[in-house]
Parts: sequence; C-alpha cells; structure tokens
Amino acid sequence: MNKHVIPQAEEPPEQNNQQNNQLENIRDFEIQDYLRLDLFPHFMCPGCGHGIALRALLWAIHDQGIDKNNLAIISGIGCSGRVGTYIDANTYHTTHGRPLAFATGLKMARPDLHVVVITGDGDCLAIGGNHLIHAARRNLDITCIMLNNEIYGMTGGQVSPTTPHDRFTTTTPAGNIEPVFDASRLAEAAGAGFVGREVTIHVPRLRDLISEGLDYKGFSFIEVMSDCTEINGRKNDLGSSSEMVLGQTRTMRPSEYDNNVVDHPFRPNSMNTGVFVKSNRPEYGASYRDMVDDIQEKQKGHSV
Amino acid sequence: MTGQTSQNTLDSQDTINIQGNHACALGAVAAGCRFYAGYPITPSSEVAERLAKELPKVGGVFIQMEDEIASIAATLGASMGGVKSMTATSGPGFSLKQENLGYGMGAQIPCVVVNVMRGGPSTGMPTRPSQGDLMQARWGTHGDHPVIALTPGSVEEIYTQTARAFALSEQLRIPVLVLFDESLGHLVETIALPDVAEYENTVRKWASGKPEDYKPYRPDADGVAPMARPGDGYRVHTTGLTVSESGFPTQKSIEVDRAMKRLFNKMEINKDLIESFEDVDCEDAEVVIVALGIVGRAARMAVRELRAEGHKVGLFRPITLWPFPTQTFRKLTKKAKSFVVAEMNSGQMILEIGAAKQGKQTVCGLNRYDGDPISPSQIINAVKEVLDHE
Repeated sequence: MNKHVIPQAEEPPEQNNQQNNQLENIRDFEIQDYLRLDLFPHFMCPGCGHGIALRALLWAIHDQGIDKNNLAIISGIGCSGRVGTYIDANTYHTTHGRPLAFATGLKMARPDLHVVVITGDGDCLAIGGNHLIHAARRNLDITCIMLNNEIYGMTGGQVSPTTPHDRFTTTTPAGNIEPVFDASRLAEAAGAGFVGREVTIHVPRLRDLISEGLDYKGFSFIEVMSDCTEINGRKNDLGSSSEMVLGQTRTMRPSEYDNNVVDHPFRPNSMNTGVFVKSNRPEYGASYRDMVDDIQEKQKGHSV
Repeated sequence: MTGQTSQNTLDSQDTINIQGNHACALGAVAAGCRFYAGYPITPSSEVAERLAKELPKVGGVFIQMEDEIASIAATLGASMGGVKSMTATSGPGFSLKQENLGYGMGAQIPCVVVNVMRGGPSTGMPTRPSQGDLMQARWGTHGDHPVIALTPGSVEEIYTQTARAFALSEQLRIPVLVLFDESLGHLVETIALPDVAEYENTVRKWASGKPEDYKPYRPDADGVAPMARPGDGYRVHTTGLTVSESGFPTQKSIEVDRAMKRLFNKMEINKDLIESFEDVDCEDAEVVIVALGIVGRAARMAVRELRAEGHKVGLFRPITLWPFPTQTFRKLTKKAKSFVVAEMNSGQMILEIGAAKQGKQTVCGLNRYDGDPISPSQIINAVKEVLDHE
C-alpha cells in the first residue's frame, strides 16, 4: 500500500498553477446543474459527510466532462443508497448489497455509459462483500465510491464491518469486539485496477481522487471516510460535526507521509489516504468484446 | 451491444434432436435475448452452457456471475440498459433470486427467469424432477405482487414459451418466469424449431416526447408505462421503494394505492394476452384431470385410454400457471363432477383448483414427490377410483 513515498513534506513546484486552475474550476462548476433540486430538502443529517462526498463526486464528474445523459449512478440500500437519488442523471436505487452486480449487467450491456456505484460500508463489505471482490477481480470499467461512515446509519446505528474496536453501537452496547475490514486493502487484494482512499475534510483532494478513478479504464475503488455525526458521533462522544471532521486530520495519514519519521501532526494509523493502486490490468468489457469479435470473425470464415 | 445482429443460430426449418434446456437457450436467442447472467446449478446448467456458446455469435453478452443473486441483479441491470435479458436457475438458486425478482416486479423491469425444477426442500435431489416450486413462483418474493409464470410441457413448448416469455415481459414490463422440471430439461426430442419472429419483434414501448413531460410510471391505456433508456435524455430514477408516477419514492397512502394498482391493472387489462392452456376433451368431461408440464403428457395419454374405455374424462393443462386462468377453467369444466389434480409435489396447484372451481365438485389430489414422474397408469387408476365413488 505504501507506494508513493515523498521523503520531505515540501510543496511541489507546480502547486501555484494547480491552485490557479482550481480557482477557475470552482467558478466553472455549478453543483445545481447536477442535482434534482425539486427533491430538496435532502434526507442527510446535519454534519453528515455524505453531502461533502456527493459534492466532490459531482465536481469530479464535471471536471471529467461527463454528459449526465450518459451517466448511470447505481446505489444499494442505506444512507449511501439514498445519496444517488439527488443526482440529475440515470439513477438506480437497487437492492441491499447488489449495486455492483446490477452495474456489471448494465455496463456489459451498455459500454457507452459511464457507470458509477455509490455504496456504503455495510452495503459493500457486509451484504455485498462477495460482489465487491468479484467486481474487483473482473476489473470491469466501473467507478465504485464506498462511503465509509463505520456504521449502519439508516437503520439506527448498528455495528458495521468497519466500526472501530470498542465503539458503542446499538448492537454493541458493551463496545465493539470485532476486528475491522480494511476495505481498500481488500479491493487491492481482489485485483481492483485502481484503489484510493480520501477523507471528506480535503474536498479538492477527494475530488481529484474521484476524478482519477472516473478517468481510469477498469474497476476503480474509492473509499471515502465520511463522518456519521448524528448516530455514530453522538453515541461515542466524538464531538460536534466540525470537531469530527477536523479530527480526520489527526486520525488519517496521507500516504506521502508514510515514511516521514520527523512528521508529528499525524497519529500513526493504518488508515492512510491517497492513491494505493493504479495498474494496467486488462479491462473486462474490452476483453469480452475482443473475444466476441474473434468468435464472429471465425464464424464468418466458417460460413464462406 | 457489440455488433448486434438479429440472425437466429439455427434455421427455423431444420429438424433437430435437442434437449429441453438447449431448446430454452435457443428459444431465448430467437426471441432476441442478448444478455444472460447465470450461476452453475443442476439441472439447469445446460441453459447457461448453450448460451455461453450462442450469445457471442450474435454479439450478445454471456457472463457467469459470482452467485445467483448477482446473476439476476446483472440481468436487471442489462435490461435497464435496453437489452432483452435472462437468467436461469434451479432449486436453491431460485430461492436466492427471490429478492431481486421482487425488485424487478416492483420497479417493473422486463426480464426472463427460468427455473428448471428439482427435488427439494434445500439441496434435495439435484438430478431428479419435481414440481415443488409452483407456489414459490407465485409468492416467493415478499410483498404483494403480480406474477407471470409459464409452464411448458414439451421440448418444443420450452422453445416457444421461452420466446413468448420475452414478448410478455417486454410488452408488460414485468419479469416472466418459465418453469419446467428436470425431466423436461434433460429430455431430448426431435423437433422443428417453430417460427417465433412475432416474439422477437415484440419490444417494450420506449419513451417519446419531451423529457419534462415524461413520467416513467404513468401507464398508457394498456396499463403499461413506456420506459426510457439511459442515453435517451430522460434521466429517470429507478428504485425498489414504492413510487409515484414520477418514479420517486412516496408514502402518501393515495399514491401508494395507485402504485399497487398499477402493478395489478396491467395484468387484468392484458389477461387474454397472458392466458394460455391446453384443453383435451373438457367439454363433456365428468372427470377433469388438471396437470401441467411433464405430468400433462402422462395425463393426455390417460385421457386417451380412459376415453377408449368409454369414460367421460378430460384434461385441463395450464401453460400459463400464474395468473391462473380461472374464468376459462370454470367455463370449460362446467360439466365436471370432480377434478383430479396430478402434480409432482405434496399438493400446491390443488389449492388453486379448490379456489377456482365453481360448484360442489370434489377435488382429489394425485401427488408424487419421490423423484419420479407421475405415470399414465397412476393417473388412470386415480381417475377410476374417483369414477367408482360417483
């Protein structure tokens, strides 16, 4: 996982240019152009990270110049599952855990579409865990955004596969004793062509990560650490929503800093951020279509 | 789709020796199926194996998914992309498909689901025939919902009814089930492949007009709302939640009531289109045998022999099991004094016959669930027993 090693925390020289471009880009991006405003007010709790992730996703879609008529957003069940509904695109709110399987069918039938899955830690790792590992293995061109809020929020705050140790939830009244999944490492091990993790406090970084994932031809898995302030936060005294978001800088560690021994602002933590994998594995849809072309070519030769 | 063509894999004039499961696969391709997702399971695997060979030839997609649930989810996804799609399974696989079958019914997504029935419950007898899933087909997924289930009774009928399942599914925006048992799935018969161009040419209604005026669940006079594909500019929302005509969730009782009526009204309006059955000498029959699938064949032979002996016996064989053709059944069996319901389970269709009959006729069940099909002589004996009591 520690692939990007920058020994010093120096600013790269092109930083200023990037900032200028970002400012231009901010002016260019109007989130209203990508939302179904007639569905507002939305359902998300005050302080929920999912709204920030939604903004970063739409911004990345804008940056990639994706036509929303050709954009398919597929989600499962839970808080993450409801987020896609607000996007003014072709949206599919499917069954619990199955968005990746549904997306696989849609992308295979319609390779012309940009297919984005929005899922959650329960949807993607628990009930949908099998679909995740096989979607990663196939490396079909789907962008999977997993909003990791470490809890089942929609059902009232039950323990999830990513709930940290000792955390109180409605189904771990004495504290969680189960070990957690590292979703990004799981996706990497299963063969995902692109894997990255980011936090909601760094919106431009999150946008750029999603943008890179959208651009990648293959299965891109993006884990977004998104705070559940109302349910997870309250139950565990994790502070106000702004305190929780600020806390991300203490508990997360950009992968650039992994080998930086003099760096103190970050607590040693296995949950690092950044791009972990970007490989050139063959994309499944392209491989399938090549196979079909071969079969049809041989068939033609046969009938002559 | 990649290089889609409409050519059939076999010339329809050919006479071929073919297994039921293969006929199912070819019927699907002939009807325009261009997407199949499945998971290996006995005794339906040959459907997938044949389609893995046939679909690439016509530019279609075959994909073996990680499980049964993923298979039907992918099938629904492909269908939402605008492609005629199918999955096939058996026994435990059919149980796993129930969740997304409900999604397809609620969100009104066309697709075909084939269930080659084997002995159950649980793993049961993977290589033995059964008709144990008749009620699961009707009520397997949770909540109120309509269902269409076709039950072919020969290899040729498997071919035509699979093709017809696509037409019904496309026309009525509903998943259509095709049920036949292991013995039919593995039965090899010599058949001439019937012409199913009519079914191939039946495609769902596509949205037209201004996107701002389009409502994905506003039905036309036929009870069916036109669909919109991604890329057509309509940017529709699809969900398993109960929705208003706009496609967005609602919990207002008046809207929910309308949503449920939308599901059922299209079935009532298109009843004649959906209904199909075989009637053998029912008109003057005092004893009517009710049987479907492979049992229908044994029953036909029984009717012939009993008639030769001078008994007034007939056969009613539903080809569309669900919705059960109740009105037609009543009309056809007016003279009947008793019914013999022969089925390879402990008594499932008999419940429907009890509800469908109009009068004081006796209803007797002939049930077999030992993994062997019901024989003509068993049916003859059962009918004679009934005749003796009259």
